Amino acid sequence: MSANLETMTKVFDRPDSLTDARFTYCPGCHHGIITRIIGDTLDELGIVDQTVGIAPVGCSVFAYRYFKCDSQQVPHGRACAVATGIKRARPDTIVFSYQGDGDFASIGTAESIHAANRGENLTVIFVNNQIYGMTGGEMAPTTLVGQKSATTPEGRDPSLFGYPIRFSEIIAQLEAPVYITRQALYDTKHIMQTTQAIKKAFQNQVDGKGYSLVEVLSACPVQWRMSPVQANKHIAETVTQVFPLGDLVDRG
Amino acid sequence: MPKGTVVIDADRCKGCGLCIAACPQGVLAFSGKLNTSGYDVAHMEKPDACIGCAFCAMTCPDIVIEVYREKVAS
Amino acid sequence: MGERLLLRGNEAIAEAAIRAGCQCYFAYPITPQAELLEHLAQHMPRLGRSFVQAESELAAVSMVYGAAGAGVRAMTSSSSPGISLKQEGISYLAGAHLPAVIVNVVRGGPGLGNIAPSQCDYFQATKGGGHGDYRLIVLGPSTVPEAGELTMLAFELADQYRIPVMILADGLLGQMMEPVELPDAIDPSTLPAKEWATTGAKGRDANVVLSFDMDPNDLKQANLVLQEKYRTITENEIRYEETDTEDADIVIAAYGTIARICKSVVRMARAEGIKVGLFRPITLWPFPYEPLKALSSKVQTVLTVEMSAGQMWEDVRLAVAERAETPFYGEMGGIVPTPRSILSEVRKHVS
Repeated sequence: MSANLETMTKVFDRPDSLTDARFTYCPGCHHGIITRIIGDTLDELGIVDQTVGIAPVGCSVFAYRYFKCDSQQVPHGRACAVATGIKRARPDTIVFSYQGDGDFASIGTAESIHAANRGENLTVIFVNNQIYGMTGGEMAPTTLVGQKSATTPEGRDPSLFGYPIRFSEIIAQLEAPVYITRQALYDTKHIMQTTQAIKKAFQNQVDGKGYSLVEVLSACPVQWRMSPVQANKHIAETVTQVFPLGDLVDRG
Repeated sequence: MPKGTVVIDADRCKGCGLCIAACPQGVLAFSGKLNTSGYDVAHMEKPDACIGCAFCAMTCPDIVIEVYREKVAS
Repeated sequence: MGERLLLRGNEAIAEAAIRAGCQCYFAYPITPQAELLEHLAQHMPRLGRSFVQAESELAAVSMVYGAAGAGVRAMTSSSSPGISLKQEGISYLAGAHLPAVIVNVVRGGPGLGNIAPSQCDYFQATKGGGHGDYRLIVLGPSTVPEAGELTMLAFELADQYRIPVMILADGLLGQMMEPVELPDAIDPSTLPAKEWATTGAKGRDANVVLSFDMDPNDLKQANLVLQEKYRTITENEIRYEETDTEDADIVIAAYGTIARICKSVVRMARAEGIKVGLFRPITLWPFPYEPLKALSSKVQTVLTVEMSAGQMWEDVRLAVAERAETPFYGEMGGIVPTPRSILSEVRKHVS
C-alpha cells in the first residue's frame, strides 16, 4: 500500500470527447467500451468539434448524452439515411452512425445497404449482440440458432425464423465500401484490435476515402442470462464461430 | 517492472467483474462493499502486484478506473 | 422578377424549391410526381446542391431529417402511399422542431388506388397522419403559378417557425402546364445560419436534434412548447381567398385544383342569376375557421366540393355549425368533377 500518485503519471483517463454523464448501460454491457473507444478516437484525431454523431433507437438511444460533439437522435433503423442527409448537407463534418442489430440489420436493412452501396463517406459502428436489449430480449436477425430469447423461448428454430444474418458479409458484396471489419471486445487483445479498427474507420472518413463499417460482437449479459465474464466467454467460444472476426474489405 | 496503481470510482462501478477477469496480475477483486446503487464494487486486493498495464481500465464499460504508472527513470 | 417559363406543376414546384435555396432534395419515384425528381436530378448537381434518389420514401424523409438537422433547406416529395411511409419521419421532424418541405402530389386511394388526381389525403395532412400531438403547416395551391409561390413560401415558413410544411397538390396540378414567373434565386449560402443545427460544435456547446423525453413532465413541457408554436402560427399565418362572396346566398368551399374549377362554376352560376361565391382556403392548416364562420352567418348554404368522400367538409362543418346548410359534393377514384356537374349541384340548393 505504498503507491504514491504524486510520483506517478496518469496513463489512462476518461476521453475528453466524452461528457461526464453516467452510462445507462447494464453492468458488463459492451456499449460502454465502444463509446469509450469512439471518444478516444475523436480525441486522437482531434475531430470532436466537427463531428456529428447519430443516436439510434435501442439501448444506445441516450448516446447523444455521452459525446461532446453535435448529435441527432433518429428514428429506428434510419441512422444510415439520416447520416447520408447530414453528410450531403455538410460534407466537412465527420458523421458517424452507431446502431444495434435491430436498428442496422432488421428495420434499417434497406438504409444500411444503400448508404454502403452509394459509398457515402461515413463511419458506421454496428453493435451486434444477437438480441434486442432495450425492448426486453427479443430475437434479433443475428440471434444464433437455438438461442433462447423473449420471442424464441424454445430457442431460435431456423425452419420458422431462418438463420443469423452475417450482415457485414452482405455489405462486403457491394463495390463501394472501403473498409468492413468484424471485431470483438472479449479480452484486452481484442479491445486493442477494435480500437485500431474504429480509429481506421474514422481516419478513412477524415481522408475522404468512403464508407467504413465496424461490426463489434458485443455482450448483452442481462438478456443472455449470463454474467459479464460468462458473456465474454460465450463470444470467444461460440459467437465467433458464427460471425468470424477479421477484415472483410480493406481498400484503404 | 514499473509499479502501477488504479483509482476506482466506487460510486460509478457496476460490479460487472470484467476488470477483475482482465487483470493479468490478479490485483483486483470484489470488495464485498456495496455502493449506493447496490453494486459490489471492485477494489485492489493486491495493490503491490499492479503494473499499471491498464487492461482493467480498457475493459471497464463505465470508465470508472484511472490508471497510474511510476515514471521510469531514463 | 425572373423569367416567364411554361412549366408543369411538378416542375414549377421543383424550380421554386431551387430558387428558394433548397440545398438538399431526397425522394423516391412515384407517379404522378416523377417530373419533380427529374427536374431536380438534372439541376441540383449543376448548382452544387444535393440530389439523392433514396431507396424508399422512408429513407428520403430520414435524409431530409439529417440535412434539416444540419441546418440546410431540405425537401422531399411523394404521392399518397409514399407520404404514408413518411409519417414516422414527419412526426420526428415536427417533434424535433426541424424545418422541412414535404410535397404530396395526391393520387387516388386508399391502398394503391390509382394515379389520377384526388384530394383524399386532407385528413392525413391536417389531422396528423403521423403519431403524436403535432401539426404541419399545409398549403393548398390551385394553379401552377401558385404552386411555385407557395413552395417558396413553404421554405420561409418552415425556417421561421422550425416546422415541417406540406404542399398539398394533386395529380392534376402536377401534370398541367401553365406560364409561371418565378422570382430570382436565393443563394443558399446567404441564408441566415441556424445556431441550433448540427454543424460541428466548434466554439459552442454541442447541439442535439432530439424529440425524446423519458420524464413525463419534461415531455409535457416539450408538447406545450409545440402547442404554443401552433397557436402563434394560427394567429399569424392563415391564408384564404374569397371570390364574389359579398352578396352570395350560396358559397362553395373548395381548395386546390377543384377550387379553380369552382371559379368557373361561380361565373356560370352568376350568369344564371344565382348568387354564388367561393371560399378557398389556402392554408389547410391552420384552417381559416373564423373567416368561414363569419361568412356562414351571411349565407344560406356552404357547399363543400372536394375530390374525396368529404374530408375538408368536416372542417367546414366545424366552422359553419348550424349557421348555414353544409351539403357536400364530391367525386372519388380520380374523377375530376366538371363545372357543369358542380353547377347542377349548386342549383339544387337555390331556395
